[in-house]
Amino acid sequence: MPGPRQPTRHPIHLNINGQAHALEVEAWTPLLDLLRTHLHLTGTKKGCDHGQCGACTVLVDGVRTLSCLTLAVMRDGSEVTTVEGLAQGEQLHPLQQAFIEHDAFQCGYCTPGQLCSAAGLANEGQAQSLDDVRELMSGNLCRCGAYPQIAQAVAQVVLGPGPHKSERADKPIVTGTVPA
Amino acid sequence: MNPFAYTSATTIPSAIAQVDTGPGSTTAAGDARFIAGGTNLLDLMKENVMRPARLVDINKLGLDAIERTEDGGLRLGALARNATTAYHPLVREHYPLLSTAILAGASPQIRNMASNGGNLLQRTRCYYFYDTGTPCNKRAPGSGCSALGALARQHAILGASEHCIATHPSDMCVALQALEATVHVASPRGERAIPFLEFHRLPGDRPDMDTTLQQDELIVAITLPNAEAFRAHSVYLKLRERLSYAFALVSVAVALDVEGGAIRGVRLALGGVAHKPWRDPAVETLLAGQPAEETSYRRAADALLQGAVPQGVGVGSNAFKIPLARRAIVRALTQAAAGTVTNLGDNVR
Repeated sequence: MPGPRQPTRHPIHLNINGQAHALEVEAWTPLLDLLRTHLHLTGTKKGCDHGQCGACTVLVDGVRTLSCLTLAVMRDGSEVTTVEGLAQGEQLHPLQQAFIEHDAFQCGYCTPGQLCSAAGLANEGQAQSLDDVRELMSGNLCRCGAYPQIAQAVAQVVLGPGPHKSERADKPIVTGTVPA
Repeated sequence: MNPFAYTSATTIPSAIAQVDTGPGSTTAAGDARFIAGGTNLLDLMKENVMRPARLVDINKLGLDAIERTEDGGLRLGALARNATTAYHPLVREHYPLLSTAILAGASPQIRNMASNGGNLLQRTRCYYFYDTGTPCNKRAPGSGCSALGALARQHAILGASEHCIATHPSDMCVALQALEATVHVASPRGERAIPFLEFHRLPGDRPDMDTTLQQDELIVAITLPNAEAFRAHSVYLKLRERLSYAFALVSVAVALDVEGGAIRGVRLALGGVAHKPWRDPAVETLLAGQPAEETSYRRAADALLQGAVPQGVGVGSNAFKIPLARRAIVRALTQAAAGTVTNLGDNVR
């Protein structure tokens, strides 16, 4: 009697934090699980596993991406940057340095996703104000509520030295107007 | 997620050859589905709401171009990402309504990953649809609608049926509806062009069918007609329970052609209120030639909300959506008459 069939494993190549990897993955393996469980890169966190919290954010070819909703097999040939890849040896990434200076984390669980998301935000080049930074970081939740400090840290790196002020904070709120 | 087979298609004929034929019902077990960005499909698979036996990766089909059409409109590749589309210079400049609507939805990460075609096909976020422990006619035809008379705060006030009161969650689609987009699809039978009004269905007695697509039809592009007449007076007003990163309770897309205090033409679509972006060209005809002032807008709102019916009970009632939608329509038209509002940092009121 033939034994149970083994699931198909797909050969892929990924460059992760500057290191080339030749891997074999089942089609249903999310990139998040590949990073954490198979490659022991546990910096990236599984917060909700459904694309809602942003804790799993990594850079894929420089673009901020939710690794929990990415099938590894679909990113064959990509360059992936995780939080472990932000520093250059002992030299912290400017965002990491700013997060320390601004006390932008408490429990630290959302922080890898915040850092990679902010790095992606910087690459996108769309934020022009603190309000833009807050809006464009809104895909990263922080249960500890470090948002004000996170926003200042990201704004410092992306916009220049602060402190940065909201342009909307002291205006009457016009409900529902976009700029969101 | 259920185990599934995975292939990556390199030509359109080979992609569509790998999926099943038949009307686009989502209940067939063991079916094959296209995957592009995967931001909705993989979520639904993690919840076991959808369990395709095969995924056909369509990202290598070269369908991601954004380019002018010969008649002065725009062609959006189905595989172009939502973020790429929203930030594209041609879209920002000539279709600010579309750019604004896309950027009002989801999160930056999701917008980076999500495809244009996938945005059209995303499924309702009704909690009962997602909860496989509850009856749901969309997920399991004939099992009943759990939202009726229950928690229906996010549900429809227009176009619903006793079988389903779900809403379509997309912001981009509300803008595409207002901009009179056309959806271009390919299948073994050739290509066809579907007017946006005819793309999404009302639930009727087949809520398992979200769209008029056949199962083996692949969206290749979305085209927009020339919209220069509306460029300077476009607004996407999204009302929700947070300032960001939440679905609309009610949203309004307005594309207005106004001159000297008189409305020359208007396109109007509502989000958050029905199984599809809600638009009635007859209401737009009513507004043409009218003065650009509140009495005209109120009349249009009343006409567009004709037949609105509240759903749900207690804290789950969506009755608030009816007056909210009425005021939102008036607000959006008022804003549009004063000028285009975008979310790209240049309009702080």
